Amino acid sequence: MIALDCAHTFRAGGRAFTLDVHLRATRQRIALFGPSGAGKSLSAGVIAGLIRPREGRVAVGEALFLDTDANHCLAPQQRKIAYLAQDYALFPHLTIAQNIAFGLKRGCFNPARSTRLPDQAMHWVDTLGLVGVLHHYPGEISGGQRQRAALARALVIGPRMLVLDEPLAALDIPLRRQVREALGRLQEELDLPSVLITHDPQDVQILADEVFCMEDGRITHVCAPSELSDPLSA
Amino acid sequence: MATHAWMMPLMLSLKVAAWATIIATVTGVTAAWFLSRWRSALADMVDAVLTLPLVLPPTVIGYYLLVLLGRRGWLGEYLAAWGVELVFTWQGAVVAAAIVAFPLVLKGARAAFEEVDTHLEDAARLLGVSNWGVWCRVSLPLAARGILAGVLLAFARALGEFGATLMVAGSIPGRTQTLSIAIYEAVQQGEDATANFLVALASVTCIAALWGARWLSPRHIRMGRRQ
Repeated sequence: MIALDCAHTFRAGGRAFTLDVHLRATRQRIALFGPSGAGKSLSAGVIAGLIRPREGRVAVGEALFLDTDANHCLAPQQRKIAYLAQDYALFPHLTIAQNIAFGLKRGCFNPARSTRLPDQAMHWVDTLGLVGVLHHYPGEISGGQRQRAALARALVIGPRMLVLDEPLAALDIPLRRQVREALGRLQEELDLPSVLITHDPQDVQILADEVFCMEDGRITHVCAPSELSDPLSA
Repeated sequence: MATHAWMMPLMLSLKVAAWATIIATVTGVTAAWFLSRWRSALADMVDAVLTLPLVLPPTVIGYYLLVLLGRRGWLGEYLAAWGVELVFTWQGAVVAAAIVAFPLVLKGARAAFEEVDTHLEDAARLLGVSNWGVWCRVSLPLAARGILAGVLLAFARALGEFGATLMVAGSIPGRTQTLSIAIYEAVQQGEDATANFLVALASVTCIAALWGARWLSPRHIRMGRRQ
């Protein structure tokens, strides 16, 4: 289960934005739901360790990621989070196979172009249907394939939680339903705490069990996915 | 003209330019990286100061270096105690050329690093790769094309260095007389045949260096157009 407290004021270009979020998840799969600019991605950044708030505490299950009171902070490298970014963030200079092997290799050199993926990585390559594109570059494959490649890359490191940042926003509408259901099955198979960031109520129905609605850097209310009204009609 | 007479300045020019380019590349890339990630108005001020060698007349730089590195200069005194002599040596020419070439690496590298998507660096860190690993495996390769462009310009600039080099290293045939200085001396002394030959030699060398750099570039830089 995920527990997040954070208070931080971001300043950029003379404007200030205060993120003041306190949440205790009671279910394994939660959603941060709200319009763009509500602070959802910033909250995910705090969970992932990409942003270090002035004050905050982040715990996922038994693991304490951040506690500013105790001056404790795990680096993003130590948090083992499968983070699926909105733009997938595949490395454009590496093939899909090199991308997937990226997190398996330490040190200063990228995996070789002729790299052989270990069995646990090949499991995800097979499951996600990426065998045919392993030696292509990210710029050469479709949006759906890019998303699956990013997922495979994130999953081979053996993560302890999942963060899905607007996972369907960059896909064509006909593809969305299909991918949404595939992600739902994947969550079931992985059985990990997961955070979904979205502004689409349909995503929430399939990919989360508890919804934290955000606006203007705060959580306004908590509800079940079925209670969620369409934000456009509200 | 005897073989050695023209080989010497050419080899010296290449040696000086190569060392100067190495020094300017290491320092320029490092400075560019920190400037590109330093979110402060001060960063642009530091950048402006570091770019000065590009806009100052080379003789001014040469004069500064003489004041700094000369036997009575405040850095020169230290160096002399360590037995390091830079004025009127080829190493001094390297220092002069490196300083003049440095801003070209800095400019190219800073722009290149600023264009690297920070999401990619974040993604790499989340995959468990150390910050240094992320720099070597993501930031540097993605900025490589821009850095290489800067390094090429720096090498060309170092190869052609004249003003600051002449001030610091002088024109000692066989020791500090680089190709561009040898050309100047030849023209001054009315040795037109030597001047013509050296000028042709300098032109061919520069063209060969630019052309050769294509083959030094990592494969992905040449294929970069596809992406």
